[in-house]
Amino acid sequence: MSSSENNAATDQPMHLDTDVLVIGSGAAGMYAALEAARAGASVILAERSLIGRGGATVMAQMTVAAALAEQTPDHWEHHLSDTLAAGRGLCDEGLAALLCEDGPRRLREMDDWKVGWAREDGHIKQAQAPGHDRPRCAYVDFLSTGPAVSRALRSRLNSAGAVRRIGELLIVEISVRDGQACGATALHLTTGRAVTLAAKAVVIATGGLTGLYRRNSASSNMVGDGYALALRAGAELIDMEFVQFFPIGHLAPRLVGMDPIMWDPFRYKLGGKLLNAEMREFETDYVDQDSRSDGRYVLTRDLATYAITKEVEAGRGSPAGGAYLSFQHVPEAEMRSAFGPVVDRLAANGIDLASRPVEVAPIAHYHMGGIRVDSMLQTRVAGLYACGEAVGGANGANRLSGNAITEAFVFGARAGRNAAQRALQASSHWEPQAARPALDLLRSTERRDAPNLAAIVVELKALMADGVGPFRTADKLRLAAQAIARLKTEIGQSPVSSATPFDTVLVDWLDLRNMLLVAQSVTLAALARTESRGAHQREDHPALDETWSVNQTVSLSGGQLHLGRSPPSRQRTLP
Amino acid sequence: MRAVLAIQRGMSGEPPRVERFEVSFEAGQSVLDGLRIVRQQADPSLAFRFSCINANACKECMMLIDGDVDYACTVRLKEGVTALAPLPKKALIRDLVTEIAPPDERLRF
Ligand SMILES: Cc1cc2nc3c(=O)[nH]c(=O)nc-3n(C[C@H](O)[C@H](O)[C@H](O)COP(=O)(O)OP(=O)(O)OC[C@H]3O[C@@H](n4cnc5c(N)ncnc54)[C@H](O)[C@@H]3O)c2cc1C
Ligand code: FES
Repeated sequence: MSSSENNAATDQPMHLDTDVLVIGSGAAGMYAALEAARAGASVILAERSLIGRGGATVMAQMTVAAALAEQTPDHWEHHLSDTLAAGRGLCDEGLAALLCEDGPRRLREMDDWKVGWAREDGHIKQAQAPGHDRPRCAYVDFLSTGPAVSRALRSRLNSAGAVRRIGELLIVEISVRDGQACGATALHLTTGRAVTLAAKAVVIATGGLTGLYRRNSASSNMVGDGYALALRAGAELIDMEFVQFFPIGHLAPRLVGMDPIMWDPFRYKLGGKLLNAEMREFETDYVDQDSRSDGRYVLTRDLATYAITKEVEAGRGSPAGGAYLSFQHVPEAEMRSAFGPVVDRLAANGIDLASRPVEVAPIAHYHMGGIRVDSMLQTRVAGLYACGEAVGGANGANRLSGNAITEAFVFGARAGRNAAQRALQASSHWEPQAARPALDLLRSTERRDAPNLAAIVVELKALMADGVGPFRTADKLRLAAQAIARLKTEIGQSPVSSATPFDTVLVDWLDLRNMLLVAQSVTLAALARTESRGAHQREDHPALDETWSVNQTVSLSGGQLHLGRSPPSRQRTLP
Repeated sequence: MRAVLAIQRGMSGEPPRVERFEVSFEAGQSVLDGLRIVRQQADPSLAFRFSCINANACKECMMLIDGDVDYACTVRLKEGVTALAPLPKKALIRDLVTEIAPPDERLRF
């Protein structure tokens, strides 16, 4: 059928103008928008889902790390030492230092904005989490950290006024002219119409890529859009091989209405036991491989993932293919006081922890890698900034729990302010021609017999889990790369549509275009790194190799991905 | 086990039609799981809103389930027929998608 049926093709695109365009409304994007507005810029905050609801932020249930020194004496340098140690030599020290030094200020600002950090004896309560040398992690009870963060930032935005918030606006491409980011092209989901946006600075705050994997903690919008947008705009990615798998994601029985990673805080508070099929604790078997384990809650995330996977491989897995997590040794009263109303939510799911363990397994949870930025959070494309999980570098080869939300606050605020400062000095580089390629792409949309794209998404997730999961080999990675290339051919060069408005088929096609490019980037970087370090584990190269104490970068030119290498940045100067 | 989803479809201004899809499921799976299976196995053009899938945090998946307003991600699939329809008091966009964004977060043409 002809392409003229699509609204994006026939209608004139709507055009909007702003100083700063922020893409994505998680903690990073909302903070960026607030700070850009505070610096005096006009701001559009664009979100493919609904404002403040589409990404990881609203789903996070645990903790936020910062050296507040409320629970116990602390200094951000201690937080930095722990962050660098977890990153296993690959952190960008300037970014890591920024995260740790600015963290306390942002958590206090969030406190002023009524986020409601849990308190004890008049001070903010800070919990111990793995990899941290002392209690450093603030949270909101019960399991409400993310929703509370999201709510506080949203209500701040509502009263800020200067930020135009637009939901249901999927950014398809960033426009670059004269080497400067100058705007973007978007698809408005509820009408199917194209929208062009002129901006003097663009901030990517689109979150992570864990939706590329079969078992994940992601929302449906976390499919790596920002990485693909950045690549096509000419920016570099860094550390793409480092995908963090959360060791004890919920596996069975089916748990509906709760975050699959919710077990972690309880495991902390109550000392939940990880057992194999023989009902034996196995974590200690793996301890001495890691100098970072504290002998109590025992393994950092990458090692716990390793331990569970190895138990399953050795035939000692639970029936659904993971490990048991048991609280049966915990007295009822203690359970009540720790879990609070969550006990009832579990009961509604048919889960009674006093009588039976649950099954858990590693799930894709966070991406350490991402868009490469300098100390101003700017990419190598002038006027193009990034923040939040979309950024790579601060966490190196592995992330400490609690660092991601702090990173979203700190980098969001900085990127927003820097983008505003640039926008207020710069003149617009926009011209309608800059949106031409993206508009042409949307215009080339056709209704054609295509494979079911929703099924292809499922296929891609399976092949990423099997070939580019927590444990990798050259053979598996090569097969995955071939399969990705085949799927690229299958989806074709021009978008497929079904019906407007809310064209789910077109969205699947646009998602797959990004997902396949990002999957390729992860696979390429993972294949090249012939060692094991942090979250990147190669079964054919099981040891850490000092010569690999370098970051890998990925860039796109002439339609091809290119790998580069550079020593980790040790520059600590803060702007 | 097998569930039949009887889904009200169509755009605003069109006479609504009900289409039935059968999906097999395991105990505990959600209506949202069922809808996602329908897209993967039968009709990828089926439109419904969701984001967080497991966390019940985004609150985007509200619809009429057997006549009651509820979250598709928390209601379980059951054997036999489950009727799904868009929220009655919101403007219809397409299929199960209605206009739920706060007015000042929408783009107007
Ligand atoms: C279930 C879960 C629990 C977690 N728990 C914790 C925790 O306890 N502590 C911690 O520190 N970290 C935690 N993390 C990680 C942390 O939540 C995230 O790293 C952080 O919230 C990311 O914030 P962000 O603003 O960068 O991205 P997100 O919050 O993911 O927001 C990105 C937004 O961008 C939008 N978007 C994407 N693409 C486009 C596009 N093309 N156009 C327009 N919009 C787009 C998305 O819809 C989304 O709303 C958790 C993550 C998950 C998934
Ligand atoms: S999918 Fe998020 S609340 Fe149902």
